[in-house]
This record gives sequence, C-alpha cells and structure tokens, in this order.
Amino acid sequence: MKLSGAQMVLACLEAENVEVVFGFPGGAVLTLYDELFKKGVKHILTRHEQGAIHAADGYARATGKPGVVIATSGPGATNLVTGLATAYMDSIPLVAITGQVATPFIGTDAFQEADITGITLPITKHNYLVKDIHEFPRILKEAFHLAGTGRKGPVLLDLPKDLQVEEGEFDYPQEVDISSYKPTYEGHSGQIMRAAAAIKKAYQPVLYAGGGVISSGAHAELLALSQKGAIPVTTTLTGLGGVPTEYALFLGMLGMHGTYAANNAVHHADLLIAVGARFDDRVTGKIDTFAPGARVIHIDIDPAEIGKNVLADIPIVGDVKLVLQEILKRLRPGDTREWCDRVLHWKKDYPLSYQQKDDHCLKPQFVIEELYRLTGGEAIVTTDVGQHQMWAAHYYRAREPRTFISSGGLGTMGFGFPAAIGAQVAFPAKTVFCIAGDGSFQMNSQELATAVHYNLPVKVMIINNHYLGMVRQWQEFFYESRYSQTSLEGSPDFIRLAEAYGARGLRATSVEEVAPAIKTALQIPGPVVIDFHVDPAENVLPMVVPNTSLVEMIGGWEK
Amino acid sequence: MKRILAILVEDRAGVLTRVSGLFSRRGYNIQNIAVGRTMEPGISRMTVTVDADPLTVEQVVKQLNKLVNVIKVSDLTDELSVGRELILVKVKAEPGRRSEIQQMAATFRAKIIDISPDSMIIEVTGEEQKLQAFLLMMQEFGIKEIASTGKICLLRGSKVTRELRS
Repeated sequence: MKLSGAQMVLACLEAENVEVVFGFPGGAVLTLYDELFKKGVKHILTRHEQGAIHAADGYARATGKPGVVIATSGPGATNLVTGLATAYMDSIPLVAITGQVATPFIGTDAFQEADITGITLPITKHNYLVKDIHEFPRILKEAFHLAGTGRKGPVLLDLPKDLQVEEGEFDYPQEVDISSYKPTYEGHSGQIMRAAAAIKKAYQPVLYAGGGVISSGAHAELLALSQKGAIPVTTTLTGLGGVPTEYALFLGMLGMHGTYAANNAVHHADLLIAVGARFDDRVTGKIDTFAPGARVIHIDIDPAEIGKNVLADIPIVGDVKLVLQEILKRLRPGDTREWCDRVLHWKKDYPLSYQQKDDHCLKPQFVIEELYRLTGGEAIVTTDVGQHQMWAAHYYRAREPRTFISSGGLGTMGFGFPAAIGAQVAFPAKTVFCIAGDGSFQMNSQELATAVHYNLPVKVMIINNHYLGMVRQWQEFFYESRYSQTSLEGSPDFIRLAEAYGARGLRATSVEEVAPAIKTALQIPGPVVIDFHVDPAENVLPMVVPNTSLVEMIGGWEK
Repeated sequence: MKRILAILVEDRAGVLTRVSGLFSRRGYNIQNIAVGRTMEPGISRMTVTVDADPLTVEQVVKQLNKLVNVIKVSDLTDELSVGRELILVKVKAEPGRRSEIQQMAATFRAKIIDISPDSMIIEVTGEEQKLQAFLLMMQEFGIKEIASTGKICLLRGSKVTRELRS
C-alpha cells in the first residue's frame, strides 16, 4: 500500500490504537493536519505546545498508554522541551511528532528551523530525524515500542515537511527488532532467592516503592509483599497511589518532606527493599547517611539505576511486577513484630499535623483534606510544583494507582493544569482536580481555553498564598527571610480570569466556605477555578534540613 | 584510572553526538576517542579512553548500553589486548639535521612520509609510552604540529568483542 508520510502517521496511530492526540498546528505540519482533518482523528487543540505535551503526559500517567503530541517545527518543537524533560525524568511514555523544514532546507537556518533532535538528545529515550520515507514505517513502530517498553519514556520523531507529502510503501511492522534494545523483564532467579532469604533474616525491613510500581502495575504485588512479610512500606512522590492509604503499614511519603515514621523507618532499617525507585536526592537527603544500617535490595527495570546513587547488596534487574511475584512465591516472613510495633508508634505519635485555628486564616492543608473528604479520595488529582504539591502529597491520600499525577523528577511548574486536561480527556466521567499554586497556575493558565473549548469539567483548586511559596519557605529558613522576587503582586482575579474564558470561578477565604465551594464545583458540569486564599506564612513540614540525614527534621508534629 | 572501552554502534547520523554527549552530560571525561568502520556494514567501532574509578566506569557502560544505537560496550582494560595509536609529527628539519632525525625515526620504527626544505612529516605508531618518548626526542628538533588518531584496541588471541554475523 502506497501512503504519504502524513498518511503513514495516521495509519500508525490507528494500528497503535491511539484514541486521541494533543497538539498545535503550524507551517511544517500542515500536511499532517490536513490528513488528520480528513481522517477525523480526535485531536485536542491546546493553546500552547507546552500545554499539549503536559496534557499528553497527564493522559499517559492516567491511562498507562503512550500519550501522543504533535507540534510544528522551530518554536513549536522547542516549546515541547520542558514537557519532554518532565516525561523523561518520570519515565512516562510519550510519542512526540514534530514537523521539520523540508529536507533540502535542513541546516540552512530556514524559517522556523530548529535542530530539535539535537536539542532533545539528553531528554528523550530516543529520537529520530526521518530522512528516508522508506524507513518511516519502521521508525514509527520503533517509536511506540521504545516509548512503552522497558523503562518507559518520551520518543521524538522529527518529520520534514517534504516527507509528509512523499509516498512510500507502507507495511506496518508487527514486530520490532532492535538488536541493541532488549529490556530484561524476568529477574535473575538466584538473586530473587537471595532477596527472599534476606527478607527472611531481616528484623527491621522497609519497602521503599517508587514510580516503577505504578508504571509496571505492581501495586497488588507490593501490598501482598508488605502484608505477607509484615514489612512497613513507604513511597516516593511518584509512587503515591501505589499503596492504599488506609493500609496500616503504609507510612506515607519519605524524603525531604517525608513523614517522621517513613524517614525514621528507612533510617533505622536493617533491610531496605527499593522497588522501582531511583534513590533521588529529594528522597535520600545526604547520601552517605541514608539508611546507614541497611542491606539494600534494589529492583528496577533499568540496570543503570542500580548502583548509580546507592550500592545495592542484592541488585535485581527486571520488571518489578514480575520480580515481586517471584519473590512472593519464595517468601517466608521474618520476625518483624517488634519492628512493626515501633514503626506504628512513630506513625501514631508523629502524624502529619497543622492547626486550623480560626476561620479567618485558612490553612492550605485543611483545603486539601476537605477535597479528600468530599471526593472520598476517588478523584484523579494532578498537582503543580511547590508547597501545594507537598500538601497534596500529604493530605490528599490517593487510594489508587494513576490517580495522583505530579511532576516528580523535573519539578515542572505549570504541569498540573494541562496534565489534568489530559487525564480528563482519558476519563471524561471521572472527577479530575488540579491542585495548583497561584504561581504555577499562571504558567499555563491559557489552557482554560482548551478546557472550555472541549467542555472538560476539570476543577482547578488554586492554593493561593500570594507567594511562590516553596521558594519563600526556603528564603525564610535559609536566607534570613529575604523574600527576593517571591511575592506575586499583580496576579489576576482568578474568578474573573476563569469567567473571561467562559469557565466558572469560585472563591473561598474562610473555613466555612471551603466545603461549599468544592461541592458547588463538583456540581458544575464544566471547568471551574476555585481560588482558595490561604495563610501565606504556612510552611511545609516536616522538612529534612538539606544535606543532612533523613532523621534531622524540622518538625511540625510537636506544635 | 584509565579505562579503555570498545563501543560498537550503528553507523547512523548523530551516533557520535549521542555517545560523546552522554559522556559530557553525565560528567565523564573522555581522554581519547577513535571511530572507524568494522567488517560489518552499518556498524562502527569507537574506542574511548576514559579516566574514572571502576564504579564510575560501570555506570558509564550501563548508560552507554541504554543508548538505542549502541550495540555493545566492552571494557578492554583488564583484558589481554593490544592497543596502538598513530601520530603524524611535523618537525623542523634544517638540511644539517635531517640525518639525525632519520636515525632517530629508524630507532622508533617511524617512517618519514614527507620532506620539505625545512621540515619533515614522520609517521609513528605504537603504545602511549613509546609515542611519548618519540615526541620527547622530536622536541629537540622542534615540533611544528602533530595529529593523532587516538588509541584503538583489539583483544589478543582469537577472542573478539563480537562475532561476525554470518
């Protein structure tokens, strides 16, 4: 079958069961958009390419399927950069298709030319500049294969304008054969036996679970291992939702803003079982004092993660779901009763806490707790980055995998709202909330137009403290309260901003206004922005002092 | 510590950038890099000398293996191998000193491949120590310019880093 390059893209989307693409047209993708028009593919037009790629990312995180985004050459492509880096850091499967200037113009500084494969080399799992139409079917197949297998990640295809028109034989490959790319899924059986033996011998084991648990769908196995082995479990930010929050041995998040119980458990552990996690510096604090007495079992699909930051005593390369299944088969629990008692006391004695004193100064934590209460933890929640993100991690206790969506590794402000749009596109009937900061929201608030355009009932909850709160907090703690450039004067009236786009705007400034505002928002069938005016002086606690061990925490529980 | 890596890569546009870019962005220092073809069409061989401790090298190898165009990475440092580098040296050679230079070149089994009224180009091959010694001797005459290939390496005996696909 002879197809043009543009038609090949569409045929590939069909073969890969892609139900929606996010994007923004332009000169170098006109032919592609023309085919899109003819085929009637579902396309979400955002108002900025960054919005499109974060939406595709939110779609991917909510569904587990690769998100697809299209942008034009030059500025269209460079506007994808932050989104690619975001997805790369959190191992999210994306396929980004960019237009490129026509082949004869490449390298001539043509209009809207940018070397996007060069630019995105370090922030994609792989990328391709298509030079020969005959290679394109294979490249399309490889792109989806690479994005969605092994350690997942974003793949970029740069398709010159002339190749969108040029015809070639299209025979979509069923199989992929990349001799240099063969991810390991099954764990090494000897290592699995060693891991089971180490668990049997351990008195103070802790499970430390990351985004890999969500990515491989290993939440049931993780819970089973924790239950059968009587092993307390903590997760990273990207692992949230991987363990049911009401589960007794779940200690909450660990790390810089981890719970007392999680950080102390890891610090005093004699066996640390890292599952799909990468010992990020926000998790470990000062690396030489991290889990000082623990043997380490490290399970990850990416061999390069093992030994990168922390040496593993028992490394296991493989898909965490398959590896956990094998460990479970061989599991004989150790004697962890005393340890569990101790950990549960920490959990009980040092809970996350804040004080909502009077109703005139609304605490951000209270707002998020109310959201949790009123949605029963059943909503999909996305966040931006900053204080509100940490409060969301603490107080919106996501129950299910893929319902807590946040930019972990890159920490991308402006991620939450477009990601919520992507999640809502994936699940039109679900309640989707974006918990945003007043700073972060303004980085992609133009996507209100997208939400209105497609009548996506995303609810944006702005935790408005009139500051770039996390930076302000660091200035307070470590820069003697010199608040350099963190006060956000000149922010818009968010109600009127929402209304200008044709969305609804609500506001809550006191305790008694919170629940009614959330309830009203839930009843409105379209997009809503709720502006919660909260205490600007509130800090995220507990907090590990930077470059110290996890147990050197500024409290919060003693108040 | 110096490590020598043999990297087999797909011969595609941008592969050298992917490999060298990985070294620089992860903070590994390349001392030397040589790239050339192999017996298999479409596959090139890079020989990279990197100065790093064993743990860092292990991480380098793992990261290289993640590059989709990288077929195989072998650390040849602890293997029995032979390594060579070729250097072209342009040295000042007034007529009165030519024979002296020629003698010196002969001692090092170097070849004179170009002569002009006041200079010569000498081709010398060998391992690092020999090349260093040769350059030291040539400095006495005055080196005008050098170009070198970078080190290339093969395993000794019949062992290969990768069997040819039949």
